[in-house]
Amino acid sequence: MSAVVVRGLGVTIDGAVVLRDVDLDVAGGTWLGVLGPNGAGKTTLVRALSGTVRHAGTVAIGGDVDRRPAARARRLAVVPQTPVIPPGITAFEYVLLGRTPHQGLRLSASLDDRRRSLGVLQRLELERFASRDLGTLSGGERQRVVLARALVSDAPVLVLDEPTAALDLGHQFGILELLAELQRERGLTIVATLHDLAMAGQFGDRLAVLSEGRLVAEGTPAEVLTPATIGRWWGVDATTTVDADGRVDVTVRRRAADGAGRATTPTSGPEGRRSGSVVARGEGFEPPAA
Amino acid sequence: MSAPVAAARPPVTVDDRDRVAPPRPRDLTLPLVALGLGAAVAAALVGLLVGPIRLPVGAVVGALVDRLPGAEVAHGLDAASTTILFEIRWPRVILGLAVGALLSGSGAAYQGVFRNPLADPYLLGVAAGAGLGATLAIVTGTASLAGGFALPAAAFVGAVLAVLATAGLSLRRGRPSGPAALILAGVAVAALLAAVQTYLLQRHADSLRAVYGWLLGRLSTVGWAEVRLVLPVLIVTAVVLVLAAGRIDVLAVGDEEATTLGVRPGPTRAAILAVASLATATAVAVSGLIGFVGLIVPHGVRLIAGTGNRRVVPLSMLFGAAFLTLADVAARTVQAPAELPIGVITAFVGAPAFLLILRSQQGRA
Ligand SMILES: Nc1ncnc2c1ncn2[C@@H]1O[C@H](COP(=O)(O)OP(=O)(O)O)[C@@H](O)[C@H]1O
Ligand SMILES: [Mg+2]
Repeated sequence: MSAVVVRGLGVTIDGAVVLRDVDLDVAGGTWLGVLGPNGAGKTTLVRALSGTVRHAGTVAIGGDVDRRPAARARRLAVVPQTPVIPPGITAFEYVLLGRTPHQGLRLSASLDDRRRSLGVLQRLELERFASRDLGTLSGGERQRVVLARALVSDAPVLVLDEPTAALDLGHQFGILELLAELQRERGLTIVATLHDLAMAGQFGDRLAVLSEGRLVAEGTPAEVLTPATIGRWWGVDATTTVDADGRVDVTVRRRAADGAGRATTPTSGPEGRRSGSVVARGEGFEPPAA
Repeated sequence: MSAPVAAARPPVTVDDRDRVAPPRPRDLTLPLVALGLGAAVAAALVGLLVGPIRLPVGAVVGALVDRLPGAEVAHGLDAASTTILFEIRWPRVILGLAVGALLSGSGAAYQGVFRNPLADPYLLGVAAGAGLGATLAIVTGTASLAGGFALPAAAFVGAVLAVLATAGLSLRRGRPSGPAALILAGVAVAALLAAVQTYLLQRHADSLRAVYGWLLGRLSTVGWAEVRLVLPVLIVTAVVLVLAAGRIDVLAVGDEEATTLGVRPGPTRAAILAVASLATATAVAVSGLIGFVGLIVPHGVRLIAGTGNRRVVPLSMLFGAAFLTLADVAARTVQAPAELPIGVITAFVGAPAFLLILRSQQGRA
């Protein structure tokens, strides 16, 4: 059964169409990577799934279209792109917040909530940070604490918005490997937006590509990541090799400095402005945000 | 770019559900609550004992125990001393405890909801509204009507109307908007009401003393009647704020994340602020504008108990009760037999304490 079913999803913010007519099916226990250049609408898709933005169409999580926060939070946990870290909060208190969907108004967190929070911290090898001020942890440690808050809710669907954006290469792999382990252990359904094509080629059962608010491709990594598609949607030259496990190695390279690349930049959507600008800035490949 | 294989962390295969129950992180909430209760009781005793007429400790404790249902204790207080104890000092101590708890608890709630450590319970216009209401009652000569209850009633109505005006002004297209809009609306309402109040005082210079006496706060003119007004509000406030403290913690991660954690930020914020504002309006109505309590007490509590509101809110109420009761003792003894306005005491103690707290926090950050 599909854990996430999206039909005719459209989001308009201040008159601008940010997502239009998106249909998605994510099978239970699988990992969908959502790709797309900056501004493609990835974060907006995450917000629509988590019920924090008004949208047209339907989003069903575990067969349930109820988008009231209390109902949605028990089925779907979110790791935001830039989480708000309250000043002075300890890692343990922060993880405990993840139990909110299961708590009524009460004097203090239950023993069960505390045990589960500590259990997840242990699972992610974070117990030594339990009473540390979250603001004093390194980026990689903090990101795992945020992940722990999402896991402790026991929601079957985990949605992550660019979970590797602020991390160095080693930590990017660390987080994604951890997600893969958790997916196996707990049968989690994972929807993770990524803008790094190399990472996307290594992780995820299926990939979807957003461009200018439309879903332009959906399939296995080998189907979605080809030199032709990468050229079309990101406007960069790439070579790809597919290994026996179906993982894709993506190699990108700078185009010649004479502007030839610019002349041959394919357009992505009807307007084609964003993909062109990537090459015009000479970056070739989007680095992870600092 | 070909992918290096991650070797940084060995895979862990034990699921946490299979493990024995992990140890509990040390939880100091109960010891701290006991400490706060002890502080409140000790402050109450000091408040009962200290005054122009000395009452012996043993006799006071004996008389208090004697009042308990079922207890018979020979305490040896004469009739006059018993009257002083039960009709003058006891209601005043209770009122001090209640007002301190209300101001500190709502201060903690305001700071949590607005995610701003400088938010105080007068932020949304409570002070300006109560001030204008009291000024109106005094300059129109209606303050002494209804056995003197017209003054607190006017202050209370002024405070509630001001908060409602603030809330109304902050609406966007009829829906609640973020905390910033509320704060700005509160500033505007307070400025407008203060201007009206200043104009009234200008026109009625003869009332200046009475108005300023009220503005600076006092617990002096009270008997049991005020206590009966305040206690129900105290009970409601304590129950709601203590139960909602966990929700205040959730609001700290911002509206969007709070929603993904299953909390509706708008209605949650509105409910907590409504109760905290009612609490503040009630405290102000019976005691005038007592500054700094709602600011320094929660700050001090956070220094020892951390930032979790499930500890900060109840502890602020307890330590606030103790603090205001002691401040009242100082107000009536420093210049005895004359009384200082209690607001002068809280500001005199509060401002330096506040600076110290800010400095120690900078040191840690
Ligand atoms: N609150 C908003 N107001 C106006 N425009 C927005 C808002 N949120 C997103 N957008 C626009 O929607 C588009 C998609 O944004 P987003 O979903 O954040 O993209 P991504 O996460 O893929 O980088 C962008 O053009 C962005 O400017
Ligand atoms: Mg984004």
